[in-house]
Amino acid sequence: MAAISRDDVAHLAKLARIEMLPEELDHLATELGQILGAVARVQEVATSNIAPTSHPLSMSNVFRDDVVKPSLTNEEALSGAPAKVDDRFKVPQILGEE
Amino acid sequence: MTLDYQAATEKYEPTLGLEVHVELNTNSKMFCSCATEFGAEPNTQTCPVCLGLPGALPVVNGKAIESTILIGLALNCSIAPYSRFARKNYFYPDMPKNFQTSQYDEPICVDGYLDVEITTEEGTKVFRVEIERVHMEEDTGKSLHVGGSTGRIHGAEYSLLDYNRAGIPLVEIVTKIIPGTGKYAPQVARAYVTQLRDILRSLGVSDVKMEQGSLRCDANVSLAPIGSGKLGTRSETKNVNSLRSVERALTGEIERQANRLEAGERIIQETRHFLEESGLTRPGRSKEQAEDYRYFPEPDLVPVTPDAKWIEELRAKLPENPADRRKRLQAEWGVPDSEMGSLVNAELVDVVEETIKLGAEPTRARTWWLGEISRVANEREVAPTSLISTRSVAEIISLITSGELTDKLARQVVEGVINGEGSPKDVIEKRGLKVVSDGSALMAAIEAAISAQPDTAERVRGGNIPAAGALIGAVMKATGGAADAAKVRELLLKHLGQG
Amino acid sequence: MSSIHLTAAEMASALSKGEVSSVELTKEHLDRIALVDGKINAFLYVDSEGALTQAEAIDKKRAKGGELSPLAGIPIAVKDILAQKGIPTTAGSKILEGWRPPYDATVISKLKAAGVVILGKTNMDEFAMGSSTENSAYGTTQNPWDLSRTPGGSSGGSAAAVAAFEAPLAIGTDTGGSIRQPAALTGIVGVKPTYGGVSRYGVIAYSSSLDQVGPFGRTVLDTALLHEAIAGHDERDSTSINAPVPQVVAAAKRLDVKGMKIGVIKELSGSGFQAGVSARIAESLELLVAAGAEIVEVSCPNFEYALAAYYLIAPSEASSNLARFDSMRYGIRIGDDGSRGAEEVMSATREAGFGKEVKRRIILGTYALSSGYYDAYYGSAQKVRTLVKQDFEKAFAKVDVLVSPVTPTTAFKIGEKSSDPVAMYLSDIATIPVNMAGIGGMSLPVGLAEEDGLPVGLQIMAPLMQDDRFYRVGATLEAALLAKWGKPILSNAPDLAAQK
Ligand SMILES: [Mg+2]
Ligand SMILES: [Zn+2]
Repeated sequence: MAAISRDDVAHLAKLARIEMLPEELDHLATELGQILGAVARVQEVATSNIAPTSHPLSMSNVFRDDVVKPSLTNEEALSGAPAKVDDRFKVPQILGEE
Repeated sequence: MTLDYQAATEKYEPTLGLEVHVELNTNSKMFCSCATEFGAEPNTQTCPVCLGLPGALPVVNGKAIESTILIGLALNCSIAPYSRFARKNYFYPDMPKNFQTSQYDEPICVDGYLDVEITTEEGTKVFRVEIERVHMEEDTGKSLHVGGSTGRIHGAEYSLLDYNRAGIPLVEIVTKIIPGTGKYAPQVARAYVTQLRDILRSLGVSDVKMEQGSLRCDANVSLAPIGSGKLGTRSETKNVNSLRSVERALTGEIERQANRLEAGERIIQETRHFLEESGLTRPGRSKEQAEDYRYFPEPDLVPVTPDAKWIEELRAKLPENPADRRKRLQAEWGVPDSEMGSLVNAELVDVVEETIKLGAEPTRARTWWLGEISRVANEREVAPTSLISTRSVAEIISLITSGELTDKLARQVVEGVINGEGSPKDVIEKRGLKVVSDGSALMAAIEAAISAQPDTAERVRGGNIPAAGALIGAVMKATGGAADAAKVRELLLKHLGQG
Repeated sequence: MSSIHLTAAEMASALSKGEVSSVELTKEHLDRIALVDGKINAFLYVDSEGALTQAEAIDKKRAKGGELSPLAGIPIAVKDILAQKGIPTTAGSKILEGWRPPYDATVISKLKAAGVVILGKTNMDEFAMGSSTENSAYGTTQNPWDLSRTPGGSSGGSAAAVAAFEAPLAIGTDTGGSIRQPAALTGIVGVKPTYGGVSRYGVIAYSSSLDQVGPFGRTVLDTALLHEAIAGHDERDSTSINAPVPQVVAAAKRLDVKGMKIGVIKELSGSGFQAGVSARIAESLELLVAAGAEIVEVSCPNFEYALAAYYLIAPSEASSNLARFDSMRYGIRIGDDGSRGAEEVMSATREAGFGKEVKRRIILGTYALSSGYYDAYYGSAQKVRTLVKQDFEKAFAKVDVLVSPVTPTTAFKIGEKSSDPVAMYLSDIATIPVNMAGIGGMSLPVGLAEEDGLPVGLQIMAPLMQDDRFYRVGATLEAALLAKWGKPILSNAPDLAAQK
């Protein structure tokens, strides 16, 4: 039975970039524990001799020709932007790596 | 007591690892049909796919796959019969989907090598750099940080994003760890990147311009006491933007690590940034915890399964390895290392070879490209080949060889061609640049010279042959360099009774 | 006399005979929406102007004697998960409030090219995560059969619109049953085509390896007509099948199942299914036998793990697909007061912009993919996927199509399961295996459950790219049922206009 702590959920929320409130973390820890308990059933039959299926169709080598097609205009590209300056997207300061 | 580089490498053994990212020069992006032109107006080469708009889906650029296989083959890799794209999940504003479509445990090329040659005081040494993998991925957008005093991100008030670069095909070439280079580690790294760049250029798959970012190198290095048989903790240096910087960054980093170890401190596994001005590295912002990229197979793309026939077709297209080719040409042309080096640095090997193929005499082909033409190109800050064609240069050289042009006249022809006055023939015609070897025309000039310098002429008549130089010079000047100097000498001496 | 109760095929015939114009047809449907949608809440956006412009253009083209496709001039409702240029597209989420895409989904382009009149965008569970439309950020959709009940989900708005005669046809998407389940709960026909049969380009992704666009209609033939209009290879979708589209319209006209072998899946019958549901399914099988089909029982032992595998695979892919909603390029932005960095603004926006169920699945998916847990969860789920595929392959070696109920129960009450995610997940138990294997399936209304008078759906499944088979079986059974009832099933639904 997978027990999920509040700290686990907090870590996952950080990875997923969701700023959760403490009570949300508590609630989700309980719920996630229940859901994981139910879905962990997959391990009962997933033996090592079974190949995983990540895609329903067995297709391969789907390629495009290297041909340029029209892009969006700058105006179209920025049409949904919450903020912009001239022809660029404006975003809050980026903290982290340079 | 600090260790200098020499002392550091006498005590510690460096182990290298190099990761090179290459932007391919395809017409369109990796997963969409947007153009890849460098320097376009911001956000004009974007579409729903490379902006990561909801609902958009990627489709692989077949040319990018071909280029990657070519790179793998040129680096002696095995081409995987089955490879897949994966999603590398992490958030960053310059990455529109907040995952990078990359390859993870199923890359397209694996297990290759590149033999790297360096020159040392003990002679030429060859190191085999083993390649772990060559895989495909996509580039990110570019951010511009606005405000703040330092110009660095920390001080920026906001950032502006241009996604034109987002989705440009990138190939990542990762070496296995490179042991046993000893004090030559920085030199080997530089030579590896140089040789890799030459190979990529010969394949025609990338612009390989480090200064424009189409070739980027991350250098990993760790130190362990010599003979310990252990591997130390490595650092990864980014922002290395030139071949010289590769060498400088590693030299500096080896010194830094050695001195930390000497002081009994630990090496931290971290990303460091190379500082061009000082040649030192400084730490990147350390992460609170190792990033968990949650890789999984990209469900919007299907596997890449190149068959043997396709791979062999591509193998047949491989050009001669640039290092081998250089050796062959150097032997054929019989030039010293220094001159070959100049040709390589000026990126003129191909051009000279072509000029020679077009009938030019080899020594003159090298001298003209490396000399006059490069001089003008440097002045105008353009590539020599943009000024004049190999065909024109070969034609001019042939005229010199046959005596129809003197070097001085040829210089004028080159100038005329560069200035758009037409073909070498047109310039010769328009400017009337013909070698004057016609006796009667020259005699007039000779007589003029004698009457201008009667004393000199008298000395020559008296048997002082070297004094004739001054008279010959005057004739050459009078004819604007168009005279055949040997012919002038012959006529002059004869005229003064010394012939 | 209003034309809204006609089938799409009948509307097409009336249009071609000049008995009605597309503008009239469109206006009648817009009027109907104005009259009843306040009770149903099927639509998130009604594009009256765009619809009438398109209808007018088709009428003009028809007057000139131009070549028109079979559905030209017929109105349609589209699930709000498909990008439509210039039209608000939200996927039922607050995070996309106000977003107007600068491009059309391939299915939208195909509908426009076929002259189909797009009435507007329909309500759905946020990002298609749900089975009741209760997870929409814009209110729940009500079931036209009983306004206190859900129409199912996630394509509940599309299903309700068709069942309430607001549109004769609709587009939905089906990741784990999101077309078939609401079709069953509202008494209409819904089809999940073979994966790769219809382009996903422009369809806001929930779970890329499972999502599929499909048609809703009130009859099998109508559904087939729409299916053919939207299907086919698309070079912008790498997972789109490059092969001829199954001849589903021809199949829907072929009322004959003589000699066909129909497999009943043992694990999807009997206990766990509402008695009234099982009774209607049994009755349908009898009709099929009477029509000349042979019924065979087959076993698919791994189906019992499919639901668990689905609730790992779909959230995992979703956690990655939904990462792009970060407030940098589109959508709402929360907390950008100049003092917070990009990362904080992203996190605040995602906290405020995503609903509870979406956050739950993102966190679950993030967990299942994270290092140390990947093999146990995502990896194991993919192995179960292999087993489910193998179960289908073995079954289809014996039979032409498989059948089961679509849902364990008829439409449930709004609010009944919303506090218990695991109970809600169970309503997809019979539909999920189809998505796991990538095959196609149909939900066909086969009557009303005795205990509650609500519609029951029969699921008919066929092997990959054999979608014509379930149309053939569905059309045959539909005709037999109609002969038995004497009138269409929806004529039993209450009169919405008369309801408070
Ligand atoms: Mg990389
Ligand atoms: Zn693009």
